[in-house]
Amino acid sequence: MTDSLTPPDSLQTSLADTTVVAARHGGEFDFNHLLEHLYDSRTLEFPGGHWDIPAFPPVQIGGLTIDLSITKHVFFLLLAAVLLTAAAVTASRRIRKNAVPTGFANLVEVFVVFIRDEIVLTTMGPAGLKYTPFILTTFLYILIMNLLGLVPFGASATGNISVTAGLALVAFVMIQVAAIRAQGLSHYLAHFTGGVAWWLWPIMIPIEILGIFTKAFALCMRLFANMSGGHIVILALLGFIFLAKSIYFAPIPVIFVVAINLLEVLVAFIQAYVFAMLTALFMGLGIPQGEEEHGH
Amino acid sequence: MEATAYAYLAAGFGAGLVILGAAFGIGKLASSAMEASGRQPEVAGAVRTSMIIAAALIEGATFFALAICILLALK
Repeated sequence: MTDSLTPPDSLQTSLADTTVVAARHGGEFDFNHLLEHLYDSRTLEFPGGHWDIPAFPPVQIGGLTIDLSITKHVFFLLLAAVLLTAAAVTASRRIRKNAVPTGFANLVEVFVVFIRDEIVLTTMGPAGLKYTPFILTTFLYILIMNLLGLVPFGASATGNISVTAGLALVAFVMIQVAAIRAQGLSHYLAHFTGGVAWWLWPIMIPIEILGIFTKAFALCMRLFANMSGGHIVILALLGFIFLAKSIYFAPIPVIFVVAINLLEVLVAFIQAYVFAMLTALFMGLGIPQGEEEHGH
Repeated sequence: MEATAYAYLAAGFGAGLVILGAAFGIGKLASSAMEASGRQPEVAGAVRTSMIIAAALIEGATFFALAICILLALK
């Protein structure tokens, strides 16, 4: 039990430690390799074996040593990008061939129309239609990454905070770009004063600047916490089997895990939707809508 | 109790309080949304959209609090 009181390096090692401690109460089973699918690693697993991804030597950029090797999460990140590109190219070719889409192209069209009508038009209005491709890419990319985590031997890249931070960074840039393009730079900068008297500016400007960063930070944390949270719940439920040390107890957690997995499919869609929706919403805040006076 | 034990206790209590707040907020939100779409089924879609947005914002604030709990448990 004393092991659990030493402060571990990161969240993931800590989770591993606590679970290992918990597992030790039940027996000698080493829990680490169940939890391993949460971490980023240099090994790809597939049915019947595993493959160690060749690592590049770290790259030196201006005094910084950056390891650009491909890891498990990077692999699934790239896989999602390849799948998305292939799906989009196939669907658009088929739609170009005949205007009435069937089968797969029809499925893709459902998503496209949904994003355009339900997300872009409701949050940004007709002025935001030019951002539809960006929102659509965000949605489908996150969705595919989320769903890859539910495939056996897969990993969800969105369960890595660096990936979600990158996605949030792109969203952050796009939110500012949309606001600047719609209002002009001077009007955009004037917004940081919040329209209050000049002697309140020292308070108002930091708050407004903090505000634009908080939005992106919340996007990043939300996606990461939701995706890794689901995996942790599944592993914790599976851990009960090893706590009970009985094969007759096993079906109960397994039933729960199946139910949680189904819930995870729902969460994968909802989180992709929420990320795209909130990005569109924050972009829409910077785009003046019709005649109404644009406050905040 | 030593200081680390207090930190773990605080993290546990914090997580519990966070859940209480978030569950209350989302529960209230969902009940109002149900009521609204029950009264006017024709705007159910718009109500659902704004409900998900509000739920996501509540969730975002919840995660900030949870991050503090996790930091307490780690440091």
